[in-house]
Amino acid sequence: MATKRAAATFMGYRRENGRVGVRNHVVILPVDDISNAAAVAVGNNIKGTLALPHSYGRLQFGEDLELHFRTMIGTGSNPNVAAAVVIGIEPGWTQRVVDGIAETGKPVAGFSIEQNGDLRTIMDASRKAKEFVHRASELQRESCAVSDLWISTKCGESDTTTGLGSCPTVGNMFDKLLPEGIHGCFGETSEITGAEHICRRRAVTPEVGDRWYAMWKAYQDEVIFAHQTDDLSESQPTKGNIEGGLTTIEEKALGNLEKIGRTSRYVDILGPAERPAAGRGLYFMDSSSAAAECVTLMAAGGFTVHTFPTGQGNVVGNPIVPVVKITANPRTLRTMSEHVDLDVAGILTRQQTVDEAGDALIELICRTASGRITAAEALGHKEFVMTRLYRSA
Amino acid sequence: MQGIPQLLVHEHADNVGVVVIEGLSAGTQMLCCVTADNSTFELTARDDVPIGHKIALRDLSAGDSAVKYGEDIGRMTSDAKTGEHVHVHNLKTRRW
Repeated sequence: MATKRAAATFMGYRRENGRVGVRNHVVILPVDDISNAAAVAVGNNIKGTLALPHSYGRLQFGEDLELHFRTMIGTGSNPNVAAAVVIGIEPGWTQRVVDGIAETGKPVAGFSIEQNGDLRTIMDASRKAKEFVHRASELQRESCAVSDLWISTKCGESDTTTGLGSCPTVGNMFDKLLPEGIHGCFGETSEITGAEHICRRRAVTPEVGDRWYAMWKAYQDEVIFAHQTDDLSESQPTKGNIEGGLTTIEEKALGNLEKIGRTSRYVDILGPAERPAAGRGLYFMDSSSAAAECVTLMAAGGFTVHTFPTGQGNVVGNPIVPVVKITANPRTLRTMSEHVDLDVAGILTRQQTVDEAGDALIELICRTASGRITAAEALGHKEFVMTRLYRSA
Repeated sequence: MQGIPQLLVHEHADNVGVVVIEGLSAGTQMLCCVTADNSTFELTARDDVPIGHKIALRDLSAGDSAVKYGEDIGRMTSDAKTGEHVHVHNLKTRRW
């Protein structure tokens, strides 16, 4: 089987820095909330571009500001992006984002609104965006090794079927593809609560496990215990989780952790939106368990395909990364089939093994990486959501 | 395995299992499967239980741990007899 996987290939876009993209977007990236209107206008003017409006970027400071820049620069730097137009209210922070993206070697240009106004900015940025679209549209996919894939995972609107079917499917995929040399990523810091003793042991060394535990414990102490007004029931687990039969965070966490399979071990811990720096292997990203925030952070960390197990039917997508939806829940398949890319209900009826489901997921990942449009892409899900650490100044 | 199971159990140590079909009604004699080794047993449901929700595999008392994946998933806040529904009405997190 290993030989077969090593030979597996997909058709991707080889970028200037050697990374491989599975999409070919030209993004229009606003640095801040008040530049959304201009960014969206450019996106409307120039077909084949993708504006990424969001709600933040003003008067942030300290680590929260660093996270904002990391998310902006990471999004523009993602190999699924062929080129980026950056628009901000003033030139300083705009240039900082441009410079960060430029390190990848890809085409990027910045425009600022003060002393130009929206209209001149939109015109100038539109001309540059049009140039980038012409260029991107002539890039060709080429055959790439499966080891060029950077695959993230996060589950959502989980229920008890995710821990039985769709999460073990993702885990089986990681157990098979990590030895082939992919980069992998999981996270959801709050949602390991109840399985932290297991997660700590899944680090590649006790030192990494100890660092993971300190990170997890800090979230418990500094966020949950500092702010809780109840036992978080209906927030974590969510109301949808409870409808699906999950009762406690411990139960949810144990199902969640099925996503790293039986043999996979993580090599390092990433801050939110941080890029891996320890080579190939599996990473834990300190991240929110909210779907749109988490996928946005992992995309900013450089991951190019996202695998998303769901039970009750989370419909989330991402503007630059294909989100592959997997479910084993027969009711969700009956009522929400348009949101599902891979049906693994056979695991519940015992007519399909987790090993078979994992192979089916690997095949679908390669097809998706080669260009197959996911359910979330077809349905227009482009959730781009920044994580905030604290209030603005 | 003969037939399609109505209830799945992760580990032999577990004292709750998960309903995996829609419309399970009280009195149904369920085919139950332990996914760790695909072994099977039978159990009668005492409640109508929605898909995805849990059923007690043995009599549980208030204060007991509910065990799933072979791990403690919380504290029973009231009793549940074998075959009864286990959820937020009788099970609570130990964490938050």
